[in-house]
Amino acid sequence: MTADARPSRTALTNDPRVRGFVYQALLVAALAALIAMGWRNAVENMQARGIPMGFGFWDQTAGFNINQTLIGYSALSTYGRAFWVGLLNTLMVGAISIALATPLGFAVGVARLSPNWILSRLALVYVELMRNTPLLLQLVFWYNAVLKALPGPRQSVSLGGLVLLNNRGLYLPRPQFGSGALIVAAALLLAVAIAFALAAWARRRQEATGLRAPVSPVAALAVVGLPALAYFAAGEPISLSYAHLAGFNLAGGLQLYPEFAALVFGLVTYTAGFIAEIVRAGVLAVSHGQSEAAMALGLRPSLTMRLVVIPQAMRLIIPPLTSQYLNIVKNSSLAVFIGYPDLVLIFAGTVLNQTHAAIQVMAITMAVYLAISLGVAFALNLFNARSALKER
Amino acid sequence: MSVSQPAAVAYVRLAPEPALPPPLLARGAIAWARANLFSSPLSSAVTLALLALTAWTLPQLFAWATTRAVWSAPDGALCRAHQDGACWAFIAQKFDYLRYGSYPVAERWRVDVVEIVGAALIAWLLWPGAPRRGLAAALFFLGFPVLGFVLLRGVASLGLPVVDTLLWGGLFVSLLTALVGIVFSLPLGVLLALGRRSSLPIVRAASVVFIEFVRGVPFIAVLYMANNMLPLFLPAGWEPDRFVPPLVGTVLFAAAYMAEEVRGGLQTLDRGQYEGAMALGFGYWTMMRLVVLPQALTRVIPGLVNNVIGLFKDTTLVAVVGMTDFLAAMDNAFKDTAWSGPTILETGYVFAGLFYFVFCYGMSRYSSAMERRLAVGRRR
Repeated sequence: MTADARPSRTALTNDPRVRGFVYQALLVAALAALIAMGWRNAVENMQARGIPMGFGFWDQTAGFNINQTLIGYSALSTYGRAFWVGLLNTLMVGAISIALATPLGFAVGVARLSPNWILSRLALVYVELMRNTPLLLQLVFWYNAVLKALPGPRQSVSLGGLVLLNNRGLYLPRPQFGSGALIVAAALLLAVAIAFALAAWARRRQEATGLRAPVSPVAALAVVGLPALAYFAAGEPISLSYAHLAGFNLAGGLQLYPEFAALVFGLVTYTAGFIAEIVRAGVLAVSHGQSEAAMALGLRPSLTMRLVVIPQAMRLIIPPLTSQYLNIVKNSSLAVFIGYPDLVLIFAGTVLNQTHAAIQVMAITMAVYLAISLGVAFALNLFNARSALKER
Repeated sequence: MSVSQPAAVAYVRLAPEPALPPPLLARGAIAWARANLFSSPLSSAVTLALLALTAWTLPQLFAWATTRAVWSAPDGALCRAHQDGACWAFIAQKFDYLRYGSYPVAERWRVDVVEIVGAALIAWLLWPGAPRRGLAAALFFLGFPVLGFVLLRGVASLGLPVVDTLLWGGLFVSLLTALVGIVFSLPLGVLLALGRRSSLPIVRAASVVFIEFVRGVPFIAVLYMANNMLPLFLPAGWEPDRFVPPLVGTVLFAAAYMAEEVRGGLQTLDRGQYEGAMALGFGYWTMMRLVVLPQALTRVIPGLVNNVIGLFKDTTLVAVVGMTDFLAAMDNAFKDTAWSGPTILETGYVFAGLFYFVFCYGMSRYSSAMERRLAVGRRR
């Protein structure tokens, strides 16, 4: 139906389409005016203060040092290099924290559901403590009151001789790869491939015949046994180097700086509290009839959990879990407060203060976080489309 | 057929014997323990291990906080001598600083008044069943910000000397940041949520872009952006107060999260509600104000309160742009060389943790109580 075909009873000012058009035109005009004004002011202000307009600073020498880098960097490197150092540090903290927070969160969530009263109460206390105090407070507590208060290297706290802890950081054994280590890696890859193939075959067979195969023990045997065989066959190419006292400091081992250790520990314990609640809510949301039906079919409690409850709970768990993963990446910017050189501290902090190129630097920083968020959101939508209930 | 009285035979019982109590193992504390603590060998082992752990740590914690603690001392020397107890003397000594920052002592009553009025208004607003909650909302969202500005900053012509924000600090700055965040972000969030559900494509696109942009970046980056970029976009010569950029950043950040919460409430609303309102001849804003928003907002009160908890925890981050909130005031207090020592750090952080915990846990209790209350009305 076109506008002409309608009886022209309504006044033009009352036609919803006309009004909608006018409202949107006004909104566009207001936004455009705001942006134009802001842009003009920004250009004037930047010229008045001598702030560079373009991205020329990217290739200039940074002139500051960074104590924890994954790629080569020195004070002579460029601001662009500093950006990559910060980005990689952010991604590394995010990845390690996610990898550790997930099992911890699932464990606490399962403990919350445990029939053992004292275990579920303690899990509840943990969850409430973590969720109801600010992450920043927890981070500065771990950093200032715990890690910085540790004794010096000569009085390191030793955890079984393998891990040393002192006020310069956490020392783990560092694996050292000799020639032939590649064979072990190849064996590991092969074993993982075998495990996946086995799982696929078992799933097909179960769907066709209803018979279950003992996949997990066989897969575990392959994943542990094959690399072990390769390790001894290749003449033990991998060894561990332990930290030991040499003079006033520790030598050898893998040193994790206290800033890094505090940040990861704080992020992991904090986020695990949220993940635990997500897991608990997901499992509780699976209707009781589902597990009753599974039991009526004769499945044991552990199989009921694995085959009926968990697959359905995962559909509810994964979306909020993903947003917790994004929160970890975003919260890693709290590194600013304890001095871990992440993207925000290096780039939005030091680089911005040295170059004064506020708009460019902030635009790049925001773009990085947005790219991560939107990328994960896209992947999540794919997952949701795949796991949505197939209804008739 | 004759009904005959049974002969009084010694071994036939005429009255039923009272039921025996259930066996001791089926009820009471023992049965409860068997079901909840020792249901299986594994469960028993876990129970014993956890009991041992609590029996070992709790008394230590208690002694640290009370019997071994230093309750009053002129400076940190006594606390440094008592390495295994809390140093509450430090909190007592620094309490006024933690509460008001460097706000002039003679003017601190103004902070107290604002806090009391704010607390009273919030209690009025949150009490389900309190009379005239609409009036409370109007006072809280319109009158209270004006009162707060006049009293906290001061208006010289009213006889209230202006207090520079450089002197503001401590607990009241944390509360102020959270309150400004709530008061301005909630209406803005409602507008954004309506915009996102609007049928006008440009309005919808603008709302989506704003919400997704803000939710995709960390709060610290928003604060940095507000602090470094906002002054550049203002005309030359406009120098906003140093509190304004971080507060603007807080409001915009919180608004995006509020908007998503409100949108969730709008989505649960039945289509018939809109159709009914339109059939009555309501225009868009009348429909939203009288029919849609009252229902949608009530449904998401628990979610909104959870957002407020998050906002309150996030106020600790404003320290990154130079505002002295409660936690930053605590950090400043640690810098006093007369009060330095490991137990003082621990005590300070534990005290700050208790403070945040009491606020946030209280709010989350309120939120879940509201959730149960709302569930009663909607249960079929």
